[in-house]
Amino acid sequence: MAYNLKEVVANKPSRFTEGHRMCAGCGAPVVARHILRALKEEDHAVIANATGCMEVSTFIYPYTSWTDSFIHTAFECAGATLSGAEAAYKSLKKQGKLPEDEHTKFIAFGGDGGTYDIGLQSLSGAMERGHDMLYVCYDNGAYMNTGIQRSSATPRFADTTTSPAGKVIPGKMQSRKDLTKIMVGHHLPYVAQSIAVNNMKDLYEKAEKAIYTEGPTFLNVMAPCPRGWGYATEDLMQINKLAVETCYWPLYEVIDGVYHITYKPAKKLPIEEFLRPQKRFKHMFNPGNEWMIEEFQKEVDNRWQELLDLEELTKNNSGLFKFS
Amino acid sequence: MSIRERLSGNEAVATAMKQINPDVVAAFPITPSTEIPQYFSTFVANGTVDTEFVAVESEHSAMSACIGAQAAGARAMTATSANGLSLMWEMIYIASSLRLPIVLNLVNRAVSGPLNIHNDHSDAMGVRDAGWIMLFSENNQEAYDNNLMAHKIAENKDVQLPIMICQDGFITSHSIENIQLEEDSEVKKFVGEYHPEHYLLNKKEPIAVGPLDLQAYLFEHKAQQGEAMKAAKKVILDVSKDFEKWTGRHYDLFESYKLDDAEIAIVCMNSTAGTTKAVVNKLRDNGVKAGLLKIRVYRPFPGEEVSESLSHLKAIAVLDKADSLNAIGGALFEDVTSSMYVAQKNVPIVNYVYGIGGRDTTEKDIESVYTDLQEIIKNGKIENPYRYLGLRREAK
Repeated sequence: MAYNLKEVVANKPSRFTEGHRMCAGCGAPVVARHILRALKEEDHAVIANATGCMEVSTFIYPYTSWTDSFIHTAFECAGATLSGAEAAYKSLKKQGKLPEDEHTKFIAFGGDGGTYDIGLQSLSGAMERGHDMLYVCYDNGAYMNTGIQRSSATPRFADTTTSPAGKVIPGKMQSRKDLTKIMVGHHLPYVAQSIAVNNMKDLYEKAEKAIYTEGPTFLNVMAPCPRGWGYATEDLMQINKLAVETCYWPLYEVIDGVYHITYKPAKKLPIEEFLRPQKRFKHMFNPGNEWMIEEFQKEVDNRWQELLDLEELTKNNSGLFKFS
Repeated sequence: MSIRERLSGNEAVATAMKQINPDVVAAFPITPSTEIPQYFSTFVANGTVDTEFVAVESEHSAMSACIGAQAAGARAMTATSANGLSLMWEMIYIASSLRLPIVLNLVNRAVSGPLNIHNDHSDAMGVRDAGWIMLFSENNQEAYDNNLMAHKIAENKDVQLPIMICQDGFITSHSIENIQLEEDSEVKKFVGEYHPEHYLLNKKEPIAVGPLDLQAYLFEHKAQQGEAMKAAKKVILDVSKDFEKWTGRHYDLFESYKLDDAEIAIVCMNSTAGTTKAVVNKLRDNGVKAGLLKIRVYRPFPGEEVSESLSHLKAIAVLDKADSLNAIGGALFEDVTSSMYVAQKNVPIVNYVYGIGGRDTTEKDIESVYTDLQEIIKNGKIENPYRYLGLRREAK
């Protein structure tokens, strides 16, 4: 469908209003606002939010930044909570208790702590049960709300407050979990990884597909955190760009089991470009720690190659994993 | 017209749920409540109900989904036991703080550990201060009737709190007894339709639910919950009166059994009241003025009414089917004694922790309690007011 994103951004009223208390330079509100923009103006939405930075900064009684209906219950159950709301919608619709011409879409937002870790079971259950909903993980790679503790989304070697770069242990020693692929393993009709970059076209288009594909869908969106990552607030978009250009955060979608890489850098940048501007990786640049950068690069390369292979492997897949 | 049937406690609850026809049921299997979602999913599979059945992956998600559904504007119900309720614990508090009239059937079972699947009340006692209305049921009939009344109580504008209906695991949940059922159409009429004032699915008035609620407001919100719980007492009585007009079956905050002229009495909940009634009858035949006060409404606790009804006695035994492990007494004992103290009613009271982990409580056990009460009157003093009943030997 032909459209002009600039016009969409300029003309569609924002469903996520100003006045929230997220930090300057935080990636998360950019992600939330932009995803909600992909909703059809006439559609109602129920938004669920896991406890985390986004929740505690956007809905402090008696103020809210959300113009749609919104529910927050606890940290680990945005998936389950929203699945209940969706079940209610199905039931009431079926019984003719809601207006026939009105449509409600269901979108959950959770950080990586609430999604990769404590909320993984609730998310997995909701997806497996096939609720017609989109779950968005805004991945900032640590428990930022409680003060930058490591999560299973934290990249290897990152300095966090529970994986500090010490004299003996140089930051987090484990690799990051690949949640997007775990969600692909649920055989969902639509799974994608995105980021706010390149005029945010990638994010907008994936959000639209995810919201309007029937059934359970999942979006994993990297959302940098200036406090946790240690970059200057004005550098947010630059950090996003480097994540993509180094293939640290590849942009791709998986539709009915078929992988499409939606952006392939013409020239893949070395990972140092992404690591250097961030304080959490500062120790990796100390003399004698070159091995850490090498290992990091190796992991990025392996994962990127795996993705290229998966794209090749599934290109002739005519809906082998099709959700029905 | 009522229908005579023979059902187990779980069947009775599932039947009530079928007749109520809730919009959403989200549940997870756990002994001994598993049969409730089992029977209910058959009604769903056969199209007998309009309900969306959400077969969640845990009890935590069961309560989360119920919260989401009820906030969205639907009637949501669930059932669980023991560890299932423990896993829900976080969401139990959230459900009541959001003022969502969810209905939960709790088939009482011992909370781990060690693991035990049989009846006691440790699960219910773990959430007694979580802001839920809690009704206890002696048998299948009471479990059924309490379900039919639940929505009218919980959804009342002055209340808007979730409600938990308890019955004893296996003892009543799996025992088949006679029961009077009401006609589907009559139940539908009595329960009525659910029209929440504010709900997520109302496009015309989007709402935000579950804020970060800081020092400036949380205290007031909690006080409102407290006031709603106080208001629930009258609503429960009103609904019970309407229910009696319809079915002829009388319900109060508690049941007084041969209590008015009694000298000694037992206070207890759920199925033990049945055993106690049999013992009271026997003692009465022998000229012993024994009585029983069976708590139906445990939250809100009817302290004033209970202390008034117990004030004329010479000695009281409170039976707790859960040990609070606090070196002072069980939960029901503390509720009764503090109610008595506040009302300035000074009657000797003794506490028995009994039936833990499904330990059988026989007529003989109950009889020994009445004998102890007679001793207390005779000696004029209570040694060791916090005791065990039915323990094989003193725990050391």
